[in-house]
Amino acid sequence: MHNPSPSPTPATDLETEEKAAIDRQPSLLVRALDSDMMASFRRSKMTIVAAILTLAFFLLAIFADLVAPQNPFDPAQLDLFDSRLPPIWDEMGMLPYLLGTDEQGRDMFSAIAYGLRISLLVGFLGVFLAAGIGITLGLMAGYLGGVVDTVVMRIADVQLTFPAILIALLVDGVAKSALGGQLDEGTTLVVLVLAIGFSFWVQYARTVRGSVMVEKNKDYVAAAKLIGLPAPVIMARHVLPNVMGPVLVIATINLALAIITEATLSFLGSGMPETMPSLGTLIRIGNNYLFSGEWWIVAFPGIALAVLVLAINLLGDWLRDALNPKLR
Amino acid sequence: MIAYILRSLAQGALVLLAVAFIAFSMFRFVGDPVANMVGQEATLQDRQELRERLGLERPFPVQFAIFVGNAVQGDFGVSYRQARPVSALMVERLPATLELAILSALFATVIGVGFGVYAAIRRDGFLANVVMTVSLVGVSLPTFLIGIGLIYVFAVELRWLPSFGRGETVRIGWWTTGLLTESGLKSLVLPVLTLGFFQLTLIMRLVRSEMLEVMRADFIRFARARGIPERTIEFRHALRNTLIPVVTIAGLQLGSIIAFAIVTETVFQWPGLGSLFVQAVQFADVPVMAAYLVFVAFVFVVVNLLVDLTYVLLDPRLRGGKALAK
Repeated sequence: MHNPSPSPTPATDLETEEKAAIDRQPSLLVRALDSDMMASFRRSKMTIVAAILTLAFFLLAIFADLVAPQNPFDPAQLDLFDSRLPPIWDEMGMLPYLLGTDEQGRDMFSAIAYGLRISLLVGFLGVFLAAGIGITLGLMAGYLGGVVDTVVMRIADVQLTFPAILIALLVDGVAKSALGGQLDEGTTLVVLVLAIGFSFWVQYARTVRGSVMVEKNKDYVAAAKLIGLPAPVIMARHVLPNVMGPVLVIATINLALAIITEATLSFLGSGMPETMPSLGTLIRIGNNYLFSGEWWIVAFPGIALAVLVLAINLLGDWLRDALNPKLR
Repeated sequence: MIAYILRSLAQGALVLLAVAFIAFSMFRFVGDPVANMVGQEATLQDRQELRERLGLERPFPVQFAIFVGNAVQGDFGVSYRQARPVSALMVERLPATLELAILSALFATVIGVGFGVYAAIRRDGFLANVVMTVSLVGVSLPTFLIGIGLIYVFAVELRWLPSFGRGETVRIGWWTTGLLTESGLKSLVLPVLTLGFFQLTLIMRLVRSEMLEVMRADFIRFARARGIPERTIEFRHALRNTLIPVVTIAGLQLGSIIAFAIVTETVFQWPGLGSLFVQAVQFADVPVMAAYLVFVAFVFVVVNLLVDLTYVLLDPRLRGGKALAK
């Protein structure tokens, strides 16, 4: 048999060389496992539990259509005879409805898995948008200084006097009246992301501006200016990578805040509609059945939201401490 | 001192003006104000008349000046949805929100400072640890979940307290109060607990960490050396020096009290400003939204001024006429 690959001898050489190199220097994975951060991670049992929970929630959201016994968005799969069933450990409960069903016969477990997907999607996109706006404005304010700095920071000051949820509600209200009345699911999702993005950018802008003010007086920036690079290139390629550390910590803690904000908006009736519910919408629906004794319709989405937010917060706290050299 | 107060006033006025500009732009450019005010059958002539009466034909700066002039006199136009003056709607709902917010702030401050001091003095005690753990959960839980949980326990299962509305209210002049009737007081309990809980946990954690810091200071060691009783040191010397940052944060937290009041009022169907705003957002009732925005900014500016004045009360060094270093 003919072997089309190049002659085997150099390949083996390369392999042995690589192996030797690996023997000399531990792989990235080994080094990561051996780092200070990993050590502080393993020391804290709470953090490990929080990480496992967060991962489980992410996986549940990503593989919702594989894990969930039914698709709660597909009316054909819903059976009104199975509505308002209690959880499986109750005498009245039945398979496959592990956590019971709501008034439309929707399996609560499936609804939570799909709702989690929307909550996390809005949360992540909102955080990305907020970080994007904040980093851009912070970079410009810090690097350019002068009028740009004054204007951006004044806007930030005024906005800080308003709670994020109020800004988010305003963005939602403005979008509604600008686009006219009721919005469809996709548009609502975009509006929610915009609302969260516009409510949380200030913190990023302030942090980035502070770090940029320090960085811009360093030699490497002077060198970049000397060889004639334009300001946007210096900002994006040279200064930005050096100010990203604190941004990561803020982003983690803000993910929990963004999820809470989305849930609150949906709970207040300004967020996702009942045809495409997020965790907040599920809680709003369930709240109507609290008095008729069907506690599981509100309890399980509520617990899911609380545990998810608590786990992400614990991870954020740990990350902040682990990245802060003063606390080591 | 007077120069300092004047400067704070000027800054506050600037913030109010900026917010008024945003509120005005919302009213003017989001949707067509005329189309929102007249019915379907209004003729073109009717529309033109309203347009002129609202001053929409005049130059933009003049319109803004008129808006600010009206706003100063408390005139924010007419609600699109309820067809009543916005100022009347807000005055009607103001007492409910103020009673709720002030009682929650009081509850959060008294209990928060108390628990915070306790957790700092009995640092490793069992109860102190329990309190700290509960507070960590309290910081993470969304307000509306706390409200729903309280309703389930105290209104659905135990049936001790009502779960919605203000109960019976007594009218004193234009002010309606729920503080004078039994059902009014009962109705206040759950919303106040819900709204105060987050602030409580925040103040408690802050007092604890500040107090731990102060207890390590030299003047505490000297006070001990002089043989002053421990109780006196803790409350007269340490606590007093802890309070300045606490007052700052508590004042800044007013923004979040208002934010959580929006949520709390919705959970408990409380007839206050927050639920008015939520409804306005759902129905795109721009005049109400604009007025609420200006109201929040106004409250914030006033509270900031009060916080600055409280510094002078708490710290005798600031009374000498020296401007406060920011």
